[in-house]
This record gives sequence, structure tokens and C-alpha cells, in this order.
Amino acid sequence: MQAKSALEPHDGVDTFNYQVVRQFSIMTVVWGIVGMLAGVVIAAQMAWPELNYGPYFHFGRLRPLHTNAVIFAFGGCALFATSYYVVQRTCGVRLISDKLAAFTFWGWQLVIVLAAITLPLGITQGKEYAELEWPIDILITIVWVAYAVVFFGTIAKRTQKHIYVANWFYGAFILAVALLHIVNSLAVPVSMWKSYSVYAGAVDAMVQWWYGHNAVGFFLTAAFLGMMYYFVPKQAGRPVYSYRLSVVHFWALVFTYMWAGPHHLHYTALPDWTQSVGMAFSLILLAPSWGGMINGIMTLSGAWHKLRTDPILKFLITALSFYGMSTFEGPMMSIKTVNALSHYTDWTIGHVHSGALGWVAMISIGSIYYLIPRLWGREKMYSIPLIEAHFWMATLGVVLYIAAMWISGVTQGLMWRATNADGTLTYAFIDSVKASYPYYYIRVLGGILFLGGMFMMAYNVARTVMQGKSVDAPIPTLQQAHA
Amino acid sequence: MSDFVSQFWSYWVGGIVVLSLVWLIYLLTSQSVVKLPKGEQAGVTGHKWDGDLEEYNNPLPFWWMGMFYLTLGFAIVYFVLYPGLGDNPGLLNWTKISQYEQESAKKDATIKPLYDKYLKVDIATLSKDDEAHKSGQSLFLTYCMQCHGSDARGAKGFPNLTDNDWLYGGTAEKIVETLNNGRSGQMPAFGAAFGEEKVKDVANYVLKLASRNYDAVRAGRGETTFAQVCVACHQADGKGSQLLGAPNLTDKVWLYGGSEHAIIETITNGRKNRMPAWKEALGDGKVHLLAAYVYGLSHREQAPLATK
Repeated sequence: MQAKSALEPHDGVDTFNYQVVRQFSIMTVVWGIVGMLAGVVIAAQMAWPELNYGPYFHFGRLRPLHTNAVIFAFGGCALFATSYYVVQRTCGVRLISDKLAAFTFWGWQLVIVLAAITLPLGITQGKEYAELEWPIDILITIVWVAYAVVFFGTIAKRTQKHIYVANWFYGAFILAVALLHIVNSLAVPVSMWKSYSVYAGAVDAMVQWWYGHNAVGFFLTAAFLGMMYYFVPKQAGRPVYSYRLSVVHFWALVFTYMWAGPHHLHYTALPDWTQSVGMAFSLILLAPSWGGMINGIMTLSGAWHKLRTDPILKFLITALSFYGMSTFEGPMMSIKTVNALSHYTDWTIGHVHSGALGWVAMISIGSIYYLIPRLWGREKMYSIPLIEAHFWMATLGVVLYIAAMWISGVTQGLMWRATNADGTLTYAFIDSVKASYPYYYIRVLGGILFLGGMFMMAYNVARTVMQGKSVDAPIPTLQQAHA
Repeated sequence: MSDFVSQFWSYWVGGIVVLSLVWLIYLLTSQSVVKLPKGEQAGVTGHKWDGDLEEYNNPLPFWWMGMFYLTLGFAIVYFVLYPGLGDNPGLLNWTKISQYEQESAKKDATIKPLYDKYLKVDIATLSKDDEAHKSGQSLFLTYCMQCHGSDARGAKGFPNLTDNDWLYGGTAEKIVETLNNGRSGQMPAFGAAFGEEKVKDVANYVLKLASRNYDAVRAGRGETTFAQVCVACHQADGKGSQLLGAPNLTDKVWLYGGSEHAIIETITNGRKNRMPAWKEALGDGKVHLLAAYVYGLSHREQAPLATK
């Protein structure tokens, strides 16, 4: 095979930039542990309130630290790593600028460190998932523009005529997140670490949830679908199920997500028409979301047996299953009558985590396991049984977490709306808090299991890296790639 | 009231919503005509990336398209029936406000006879009625426990309602008045006017009034100041005035603490406190029932258990 000989490193051959992919891959594992540890801590603070110490170690400040760390540090690093890898491999060229790529790495790490310092200090804009104050917002914007330049610049000089589907999703994610971040973060600074949003009242709430839901849609969905579209067919060794389906569900998904934000504001001061539009388009979102799941899972048809032996594939396919489950649950929860029960309860937390742990984390973990040996010149990970163990710990952790939150959430919703014959509420709020306790303990357990799996991963990755050495794969020529 | 500053924006929004639906339907129909002959395998598109990445060109799954069309159909029907296309109210004329009003009117109609019955009974009598007491407790646990606690024993700054010690009076009429109109209590700050020493003197006189340990010399000096200044609200004997809401300083009940330190803080910085007015939010029936419950807390034989 010609392609094989081209893969053996020798002098004078252009290579891919794996350096930045290696850096982001390692930090994915590191920030994964940090973010999930913060999650376990705040879950424990819910179960044992006496664990709230002083202002800096209080739930109210650690909670945004947890969400920022898992979404933007863990998820963000996983997306940088995989998108840089995928865009190079599928375009057949090296990143257009090593320096700019390195800038995005160090810039993003600086953003994360600044978040980890300012959030416990209580410095916040008070917008969920957009807490960071204006100087950090500006830094994010600069890093993000650099990211866009590297990504789209690399696509522009590709040697392949067609742009692979994974890159559509990564590209949509990069563009949409830039738009969302800038519009929602517009604020008037009053000092170095304090600013006020330029929006007010219901408009502010709507802009925030337009941002918030599209952060879910583009950061946590579209981008990770990009990841899925490369690593699932690669790991399964099978062609993607349907090109046609990928076209339809891509355009339907990126178009429809933009409408769904108002379902976060059902039965609030938001005008009725806005709520209706949010609900109707959230329901329409079901099919486009499932398009990605179908395309991923059906890619495996003809290779189902691989699921028995390949724990990396297990991670990827289980991730798709959780993705399908939470993208079914989401549209259901956006229906006003369902939302009237689920809103403000732990059900929402459960829903978010079936997406965040089940989908985002699992697809990232599977992809990183795929990448690590290739980045350090090894055949495979140091220990496959350890990946298997990680898979089962993670799965059990997610299931415990979301089942506990479903029961807790539905219990809360039912208790809050129960009335007596005399028109009074059957339960005081504190009664629903008491009823939630058993599930808070179960959540801590689920979180510990998931975090435990991440420690196994860190060990496995460290051993693999120590055995190998950094290798930048040569770029196969177009003819060889087609051979 | 319209949600739009001009009719233009209403058409704008409605138009975009309709166009979006049309676009999605077009996207779906344009790709759904392709069918695979029975028994035939879909081929690959012929593009290849990164060595071995390929794509089949399978047609869209039938059930998936059905689901997509179903949700699009739902959206169309929904926009015909409900608000969504600009300020078009929809055929059902539904609004969230009307839903709330209808639901609460329905509930109110079913409970009105009960509350009418209670309203005819005076509060002292009603407070002895076990059913009324239970209903009152439910109301208390919904509206009052946030400040006064689920056992109604209050907290620092929030009066204990079980000790039969009243800032504004504990008669049925006074309790109703407090619930209906709320209360706004204010102790002025004397730190600047008195200076540190004088504050400490007055604090020791207050300790003396309350029969606690005090410094006799300071209390002696403090008495003079008390007679000149504090007397206006707390009266010469220190027993306060329910007319003004000035606390009795001679009993063992302290809203902000009875230590020398706490009293000095109160005199130095003053205190501001507010009980919200509930008349508009709750209406006469519920206020009446709540008043009976609160009255009962210090008048019923056995101390009621507030926790479930």
C-alpha cells in the first residue's frame, strides 16, 4: 500500500501540526478532572450544606466555576483538539499558521485560568454560562477570531475539492459561537471588574437565553456532531450512513436551533408570541437532532460486532444514544404544559447532564482515546481493559445521576403544584427540599463514579504518553490518499 | 396591549416565522423524493477523505421524515390556534394571563364558600377551630415562613409570633391591620449624635431596664440621655409603644439581640425593618384565616406544631 509507506516519517516530508492537538488533548483530560471535581463538590454541598465554607468556597460561586470548567475548559479543549486534527486530516494540509494555533492554545488556557480566579472571587456578569467579566470576554473574542482564522484558513487551502461533513459542523460552531458571545456579552464597563449588560428586562432575558440555548446548540451539539462525524466512521471503519441525511439535518439543525431559546422563559414576562415560537421550533428541532444520531449509529450497520470488543466505539455509540435521548427530552420539556411541571426543578439539571455527561463527555472521551496513541506514535492506548472499566464507570455514573434528578425533579414539580381542598398548597417549599435529599446523595455517588473514570483515563493517557514520543504524521499526497 | 411598537414589526416577525417553516418544508421535500429500489444497496458518493473516510448516499429514513413532517404540521396548527405570528392572537384567543385568570377564578369559586363561612366567624373564635387552624398553617407555610420560620418563632430581625409579645399589638384587629397594610419599623441611628461613650452608657441603662448585668456608673449616665431622647418612642418606663411599634425594652424579648454588643450596634447604626402588605395579594379571606392562625399561636391551649 502506497499510503502506508507515506505514513512512515522521513526527512523532507511536510507533516501535520500535531503539537497543538497534543496540547489541547492533554488539557482536555486535565480540565475534565478539574471541572468534574468541582461538580462533585457542589453536588456534595447540596447533599451536605455544611460543606459551604466562607465566600470563596460557597455553592453560589463554585457552581459557575463548575459549568465554565466543564463546558469551556473540558469541552472547549476537546473541540480545539479534535477540530484541529480533523480539519488537517480531511483537508490534507497542515494548519495555515502554527503560531496562531499556539496562540489559541495559550490564550484559551489563560481564559480558563482567569475564570478559575475571578469566579470564586465573586466577579461575574450574572449571566448563566456567560459569567466572565468584560476584560475576559474581550480576550475570548480575540482567541476565537484567531481560531476562526486558523480553521477557515486551513479549509481554504485544502487539497480536497469537497469539504468533509465534520468541518461543516465545526465551522458552524465557530461562526455561531462568535456571534452569540459578542451579542450577549455587550456591556458597559464601570470598572476593571464590573460591567452592566446593555440590555434590560425581558429583552436582556431573551438575549441571554438566545445565547444560552445556542451555546447548547452550537457549542455542545453542532461542534460535537462534527467530532462524531469523524471519529465514529474512523473507529468503526465504515462509511457514513447517509450523505443526504447529513445535508438535510445539518441545515435544519443550524437553522432551527436559533429559534429555540424562548422555551427557557415559558410563563414569564416574555411576550406570548415569543414563547409560542420558541416552543414550536423546539419541537421541530427533534428530527434534525435525531438525524445526527441516525447517521452515527447506522454507520455501524455491518460492524455491530465491533461494539462487543472495542470500548472506544462503546463510548462513541453510547454517547450517540444519550444524545438521542436528551434531544428527545428537550423538545418534550419545551412544551408549555410539560414545562409547567419541569421548569425550575431538578429535572432540568438531569436533562442537562444526560447531554453533558452522556453525550458531550462520552463522545469527547472516546475521541481522545482515539487520538492519544496516534499523537504519540503508539499502536493503541496503554491499557484497553482500563478503557473498558472507564466506560462502565462513566455509564453507571450518568445513569445514577440522571435517574436521581428525574425522580427528584418530578417529585418537586408535583409537590409544588399540589393543593388542598381549601385552596392552600399541600407542601411548603422546605418539604420538597427534604424530599429531594435521597436523590442528592445518589447524585453525589453518580458524580464520583464519573470522576473516578476520568482519573483512570488520566492514568491510562499518562502511561501511553510515557511509552511513546511525540510524532507529527506526514501529509499524504492527494494521489496517495486516493490510492 | 400589543407587544410591538408598530404594526410593521408584527408583520416582520410573522413573515419570518412563516418563511422559516416554508424553508424547512422545502428543505425536506427537496431531498425526500429519492428512493432506493427494493433490495438495492446505496452506493458511496465517490468522495474520499483522510485515506478511508467515505459516505453512503442512503435516502432519508422514512420514519424520520414522517416525524419531521409531523412536527412541522404541529407548528402550523399551533400558530393558527395560538399567538405566534406577530400580534395575531390565534383562533383560541389564548394568553398566559387569561389562562392564569381562568384557572385561579375556577379555584377561587370552589373555595369561596369555605372562606365566606370563615369570614363570618370572629378571629378569636376561629383560632380555636382545628380545620381553620390547619388551613391557616398551610397559608403560613407558603407566605410567611420565609421570614418568620416554619415554627413561627422568627429569627434575628424577624419577630417571634408565638411568645405573645407584640410590637404593634396582638389583638385580632391589630394582627389583621399588620397583615393587610404591612409595617415599617425604624430605629434612628444615634452613633454620630451620641459618640461612642454615650452610646455605651445608654446601652447599659437599657441592660438595667431589661434586668441584665450592667455597669451601674454607665447606666446612671445613660438614664439621663434615655430620659431626654429615647423616651420619645420607648416611653419613660422603657416599655415602648405599640402605637409606634417601639419595642418594650424591659422584657426578655429581643428582635436584634440583647447583649451589650448588639444593643450598642442598634443604638449606633439604628435599625430598619419592614413587614410587607398582603391585602392585595391574598385578599380578605386568606388574611382573616392567617390572622386567626397567628392569633392562635399564642392563644390556643397547646403550642401548635408547625412542622409536618
